Amino acid sequence: METVYLLIPLVCLAAAVLVGLAGQWLGRRAAHSITIGAVAMAFVLSVVVAVEVAGGQRFDGSVYIWAVSDGIQFEIGFLIDQLSAVMMVVVTFVSLMVHVYTIGYMHDDPGYTRFFSYISLFTFAMLMLVMSNNFLQLFFGWEAVGLLSYLLIGFWFERESANFASLKAFLVNRVGDLGFLLGIAAILYVFGSLDYAAVFASAPQHATETMTGILGSQWRWLTIICLLLFVGAMGKSAQVPLHVWLPDSMEGPTPISALIHAATMVTAGIFMVARMSPLFELSQTALSVVLIIGAVTTISMALIALVQNDIKRVVAYSTLSQLGYMTVALGASAYSIAIFHLATHAFFKALLFLAAGSVIIALHHEQDMRRMGALWKRMPVTYLTALIGTLALVGIPPFAGFFSKDAIIEAVALSHTPGAKFAYVVVVAGVFVTALYSFRLIFMVFHGPSRLSEDNRKHARESPWVVTVPLILLAIPSVLAGLVLVGPTLSGHLFGESVMPIDGHGINGYGATDMLVHAWVSLPLWLAIAGIAVAWILYLRSPHAASRIANRFRLLHEILIRKYGVDELYERVFADGGQALGRTLWKFGDRLIIDDTLVNGTAKLVGRLSGVVRSLQTGYVYHYAFAMIIGLVALMSWFLWT
Amino acid sequence: MLGNYLPILLFLITAIVIGGIAMAAGRLLGPNKPDAAKLSPYECGFEAFENTRMKFDVRYYLVAILFIIFDLEIAFLFPWAIVLDDIGMFGFVAMVIFLLVLVIGFVYEWMKGALEWE
Amino acid sequence: MRLSDLQIWTITPEIIVAIMACAILMIDVAMPERARKTIGFGLTVSTLLLAAIAVVVGQDAGYTIGLYGLVVQDRVSDIAKLGICLITAVALVYGRSYTEERNLLRGEFLALALFGTVGMMVMVSANHLITLYIGLELFSLCLYALIALHRDSAEATEAAMKYFVLGALASGILLYAMSLLYGLTGTLELAGIRQSVSGFSADDLPLAVALILVIVGLLFKLGAVPFHMWVPDVYAGSPTSVTAYLASAPKIAAFVIILRLLAISLEPLLEVWQDMLIAVALLSIGFGNLVAIAQRNMKRMLAYSTISHMGFFLLGILSGDSVGYSAAMLYAVIHAVVSLGVFGCILHFSGEGFEADQLDDYRGLSKTDPWLAFLMLLFMLSLAGVPPTVGFYAKLSVFQAVIGAGLLWVAVPAALFVVVGAFYYLRVVKLMYFDEPVAKTPVRSSAAPLESRALLTVNGLLIIGIMPWIGVIAEACRNAILLVGS
Repeated sequence: METVYLLIPLVCLAAAVLVGLAGQWLGRRAAHSITIGAVAMAFVLSVVVAVEVAGGQRFDGSVYIWAVSDGIQFEIGFLIDQLSAVMMVVVTFVSLMVHVYTIGYMHDDPGYTRFFSYISLFTFAMLMLVMSNNFLQLFFGWEAVGLLSYLLIGFWFERESANFASLKAFLVNRVGDLGFLLGIAAILYVFGSLDYAAVFASAPQHATETMTGILGSQWRWLTIICLLLFVGAMGKSAQVPLHVWLPDSMEGPTPISALIHAATMVTAGIFMVARMSPLFELSQTALSVVLIIGAVTTISMALIALVQNDIKRVVAYSTLSQLGYMTVALGASAYSIAIFHLATHAFFKALLFLAAGSVIIALHHEQDMRRMGALWKRMPVTYLTALIGTLALVGIPPFAGFFSKDAIIEAVALSHTPGAKFAYVVVVAGVFVTALYSFRLIFMVFHGPSRLSEDNRKHARESPWVVTVPLILLAIPSVLAGLVLVGPTLSGHLFGESVMPIDGHGINGYGATDMLVHAWVSLPLWLAIAGIAVAWILYLRSPHAASRIANRFRLLHEILIRKYGVDELYERVFADGGQALGRTLWKFGDRLIIDDTLVNGTAKLVGRLSGVVRSLQTGYVYHYAFAMIIGLVALMSWFLWT
Repeated sequence: MLGNYLPILLFLITAIVIGGIAMAAGRLLGPNKPDAAKLSPYECGFEAFENTRMKFDVRYYLVAILFIIFDLEIAFLFPWAIVLDDIGMFGFVAMVIFLLVLVIGFVYEWMKGALEWE
Repeated sequence: MRLSDLQIWTITPEIIVAIMACAILMIDVAMPERARKTIGFGLTVSTLLLAAIAVVVGQDAGYTIGLYGLVVQDRVSDIAKLGICLITAVALVYGRSYTEERNLLRGEFLALALFGTVGMMVMVSANHLITLYIGLELFSLCLYALIALHRDSAEATEAAMKYFVLGALASGILLYAMSLLYGLTGTLELAGIRQSVSGFSADDLPLAVALILVIVGLLFKLGAVPFHMWVPDVYAGSPTSVTAYLASAPKIAAFVIILRLLAISLEPLLEVWQDMLIAVALLSIGFGNLVAIAQRNMKRMLAYSTISHMGFFLLGILSGDSVGYSAAMLYAVIHAVVSLGVFGCILHFSGEGFEADQLDDYRGLSKTDPWLAFLMLLFMLSLAGVPPTVGFYAKLSVFQAVIGAGLLWVAVPAALFVVVGAFYYLRVVKLMYFDEPVAKTPVRSSAAPLESRALLTVNGLLIIGIMPWIGVIAEACRNAILLVGS
């Protein structure tokens, strides 16, 4: 089996390297055939591994020792259990769909082979991340996916906005990664090991160890570690206040938005926290922080989605909001449910993005929803699949999102983590807002009067099969994944020992049927239906109502349009402040002190000195001999004097 | 300790005595008819008193140096000849090698024309 | 005394080279003018290769005393002899056309080079003060003559005279030291001296005088400050082919005699000579690097650079343990190979009536001769100690040794002067790559013979290409050192 584990990421790597280096000679057909073949193989093998794991097999071991330093071994190793198996299947499946979809989406792009190389490489990095059995490799994968995200957001590097967005994503992620790296360093310091197994095993012994902070305050090491790790997760999974990069990342090609910025990479933070659940369980402070950050993200981002007009941005803010849901689940110690929602979300959000992409290509890269409408007749497949995705997102039974989201709400309701009450109110309210913005999108894009431009009015029609087939294939799990997985998840069979069990929360043992029955008498479902109804009223029945409300609540509307001013704040304070500080340091510190005084000054001094010393070399042989004798005498007298 | 230096002392005394005898004998037995040329100090190849920054014939030194090399060879050969019985074949071969090296040098200088005055 | 006890095979390579040197001398006077050059040169190089093969075939994993205690064969001597033979051979190949153009490629040149090599190998084999001195003098005398071989050049004659006078002074000092050591210990064998010396107290005055005189004699040969004055004049004044010869292989020989004399025989006095060597090493590093900056002549600049490199080499020695000695050994070997390459580049660049010894000659070399410029770049980076070249590893291992010996305060100024040194090495790179070529670009290296260019390329690529195996080489050096004196 070890070979299979090794093969899964390596085929993707090999394909990426081959296509990346030799793409020019291989041509487009070969480029996409190779990468798609590799990812398909990885997917099939992942399924095989998942079946094995379901049969009770588990693997934890190192494949190769990368370096040994001061007694600590840095290894490349795999931990294959239920959690990583689920992640592997999700990652490879979505990646495969996106690969196929890309053939259609990127059809005319000059960077066609480069794009395939990047997404294959991304798949490799993501697999390394989820399959890792130690923190070092986790960090490697973490940074590698970050790099690929940067490269892919800036894929159209001729556009200034793409460069800006990629740089922003990279810099914001730096902040998170710094926390993550410090967390790993703290783990190495406290536990003396970077292996998951060793760290988790000895975590309870270290639970009460403290360090003395500033002013003599006592900090528990585990709380510090968990908070630092969560800072990393906040960066990667775009939680408030490190969320600002994700909406801008929509500058990248749509397949990337689906693969990286909806389904896989952004969920790496969620995965990581779930993987670290044995640590987080030991720190209630950390869990509480996780819960509250998640709750704030859920509602604030959902509200922004209400006022966005760019189709991809609506979906992006929806992603942020859904990531908030997952984080809330983590905070409520419902790790398996968080991963469950991660999986269902991966399917339906990838579907939504690809559907949005399908609309965008049909309309020749038009992204503004105010210039769409009544597309359902022209693009029936896209419409239907988008509707399925939306229903799953909103949480209408029996679509996938319903089960995972409802489970989260239940888990929060039963949680005792401080802040759970607040979180409960927020996630329930979030359901309404989610329904509102989701159906706003559906109604504005597919229904109502057509507001297409002249050109698009003539040409807009359904996308080719390479685009629609992935949509259909993604629609299937969007419908079924919840129904199938909810039972095993809640009963604890699906994830087994791989995450900390959600003991004592009282929702174990629910099955799909229980939930379907129970849904009709619970608040969330009716809130969702209410949201759909309000969206219908505002955007279909009386189209002017929305703008009237916006005018009435001008201030609120402005705040949402400005996204709470977070971007401006960061730009003013961090970007401008950093530049001003840098400029000052450059002018005074670097140029004046270091360059002029230290560097050039030393150089001048050395140059002058060398001219002086040089004159010792007179060329007279008796001076030479004299120098030798002086040297001899000096050594002699040195000996006599000391 | 000092007893070790006794042969040297004897050597010095002998040298002084022999030198003294030679000079005394010359003074006592030799005819004495001085003239200017005989009484002036001399040095081979040079005027005794003149500017030291003069040109001199390098061939003179060439011959002298070559002479010294073969002169020193004799200094090695004498003690070797005396103990040849004791050192046997080993000593013989060693000296043959030594002489061979010298011969090569000799042949070289000969062929190069270092021994020809003009 | 029987011939069979002689262990004569311990000096097989020396014998081969000595006999062949005599033969070449004879051939030279016996053959007609035209045949001499090719036959003599071919014979010389093949003699050196033969000697190298003899070293490899006759290698000794242990420790053998030969000629009744006069010589020793061990790993260090084997490695050193191999290096000396190969490096000298390559240096001769590089210098061939240069020497020929200046009408110096005569039997004397080749025979003197070979006798010098014998001298170096005898130094390396020496287990006895007499052997050591003979080797040293044999080598030095040959070198004086080689330098002066260019009779019409006033510079060469001056350099030879200076070197000869100062060398005689240094030899005298060394000889005096040896006689003192003999007087104090009653033996001339290195192992015996060590035994005897360990019985003395460290502040015994006559012994200290002997020690200091030994140090002075050795430091002169090495060219360390303040006994370095001859180095720039000799480097710049000699024909470049002779400079290549004296700048490369002799460093290895010098390492071995310093190892044997100072680090093995006089190791009991470590605390006395360590402080002195620290002063000398730091002075050399500082002085060499500083003055090199002011040079406009390539060969003089390299001479000062060598002075500073000898300082680093001494840092390894003065660490006073096997780690330090092996670092110094590695440093000496690497420096020899890199110097060989640098002078090889100069030799390939120079031509008839063009010495290529001014820094300005190198302006824009990358445009007129990219191959040579690239090789020069590699060598300069290695001299400056920039990774991934071997020069970096050499410096690294020396620093490790010094710091390991607890002499951090010595390593810090040394490291600072590496930065100063980087300036003038990189200036050459800057001249070659960023300046416009001067109008009169004379001879191109493509005029040089193919085998010589191929060797130079190998030489250059070795600087980087050997890095993956550098650990193995360092390990070999360490094993060799551990065997010495056991």
